[in-house]
Amino acid sequence: MDLKKLTARKIRGLIERGEASAVEICRAFQDRIREQDSEVQAFLHYDNDFALKQAERIDRMKRAGEPLPELAGLPMAIKDNLLIRGLRCTCGSRNLENFVAPYNATVIDRLASAGAVFLGKANLDEYAMGSSTENSAFQPTRNPHSRDHVPGGSSGGSAAAVGAHMAVAALGTDTGGSIRQPASFCGVVGMKPTYSRVSRYGLVAFGSSLDQIGPLAHGVEDVAGILKVISGKDPLDATSLAVDVPDYAGGLGQPIEGLKIGIPREYRQSGVSEPVRTRIEAGLKLFQDLGCRLIEVDLPHTDYAIATYYVIAMAEASSNLARYDGVRYGLRIPGQGDLSSMYRETRDAGFGAEVKRRIMLGTFVLSSGYYDAYYLKAQQVRTLIKRDFEAAFQQVDLLISPTSPTPPFRLGEKTNDPLAMYLSDIFTITANLVGIPGISLPCGRTPEGMPVGIQLLGKHFDEQVVLKAAHAFEQAGGFDP
Amino acid sequence: MKIDGARVDYIANLAQLAVTEEEKQELIGQMNSILNYVEQLNQLDTSGIEPTAQVVHTSEQNYSWRADRSRSGFSQAQSLDNGPATGSGHFKVPKVISEK
Repeated sequence: MDLKKLTARKIRGLIERGEASAVEICRAFQDRIREQDSEVQAFLHYDNDFALKQAERIDRMKRAGEPLPELAGLPMAIKDNLLIRGLRCTCGSRNLENFVAPYNATVIDRLASAGAVFLGKANLDEYAMGSSTENSAFQPTRNPHSRDHVPGGSSGGSAAAVGAHMAVAALGTDTGGSIRQPASFCGVVGMKPTYSRVSRYGLVAFGSSLDQIGPLAHGVEDVAGILKVISGKDPLDATSLAVDVPDYAGGLGQPIEGLKIGIPREYRQSGVSEPVRTRIEAGLKLFQDLGCRLIEVDLPHTDYAIATYYVIAMAEASSNLARYDGVRYGLRIPGQGDLSSMYRETRDAGFGAEVKRRIMLGTFVLSSGYYDAYYLKAQQVRTLIKRDFEAAFQQVDLLISPTSPTPPFRLGEKTNDPLAMYLSDIFTITANLVGIPGISLPCGRTPEGMPVGIQLLGKHFDEQVVLKAAHAFEQAGGFDP
Repeated sequence: MKIDGARVDYIANLAQLAVTEEEKQELIGQMNSILNYVEQLNQLDTSGIEPTAQVVHTSEQNYSWRADRSRSGFSQAQSLDNGPATGSGHFKVPKVISEK
């Protein structure tokens, strides 16, 4: 069994035809994790018996002659900020090192019903705050294509697990590019759905107006299949919407001739490195060859996106992370015997430097006398950025850009300069501010062999068009990393 | 400079964070650098622009209604399972009201 060639459809077929059992497939990936993960360090923890039990259930269904669900036996890595009942959920933080999830996230319930097998919990920047997975309190994850380079972040563990073929697919979360940028760095496909497309129930909150859960895999078809399973209204998340969920995978394979793809003029000026630019130009040419019309569009407030994003994300984070007070769950340091010192010492010991920095900045921009100047201002500029995209989508069906302005950087390269780390998110964060869907696709490699990703953004709830174009590109491109 | 030592202390107090002297010096530099960057937003005239707090729920059809019925939740034991200090069916915390 060549693990590198497996897809959800192939795995289901193998099990259905009796050529392999779900347990055999699960064990093969567990062996692979044992071989590979001491170097890649994509997983924070895993429970092999738990995964095997899920696989056994699929094999029992097969033996009983029951129809197999759509993702039967699919081995997945799950980002460790999503709750799986009975397993720890650490968020990459000392604070939640021993927290055991008391319930399943809705996405986990839905994937389990669809037959997926959860191999383990994937590493992340603490509370999903970061772009390199170096902010994990437990371990840095390495890029599967070069151990000296970061896998991107914050879903770096999920992307590296898929990139190193330790899982066929994964779930990540994307608050400002945290699925798409690591997908790009690790040479896999990653998608952030429309805000409110996927229930956030059971996702540990970071930026509640920005967070979205999404799939990572080697091909667009698997991303489409998983997205269908996890999408849709959930009574447990009032922000999830009852919008029809199409059969995304069934909609793939159609010609994309005549599709209008916008190239934001401003993105060409935003410090794109030469090896990335070369690959993206080749990608644009391929879309043209597929019959798409490339049209230059304007997103005039692009320069303000990072500042807007960080004010809003930090404000929301400081509010969401107020819950870690050492009372109901998580770490507790007793302090000097009074409540206030218990809070302070607990939070001091539990949070890493980046999380503290964001809580401090978020608290500042929400504090009396500064709210209007920073937080309200950022919310108003968010409106201007949203209008830019609405105007652009009057002219085009999709927008295209690099996923990241640079190829993967080295471990330690940006850890001392938080602002430099933030600036690497320029192409991804606007999709979160505007709430639109986006995908990152492999688009070849740099001369040094590092993966480059190309990003497509679509209109609200227009995942189908994004996936269709991505699939046509993938099938025509031969840009496999 | 927006952020000095006193401002760091004030914000740390609001955020219930303990900050060492060394962390304070580092935070002063980093917070000022990030806030200076953020201040480019002031180049834009936003008078009369509505703030955006969320992006998708813009019409009444997107409101989330449900029947107001009681639903079962966690048992007391489940709720207390992750508590760092519990007893007699409660979370234990240090004394809140002092004698003074």
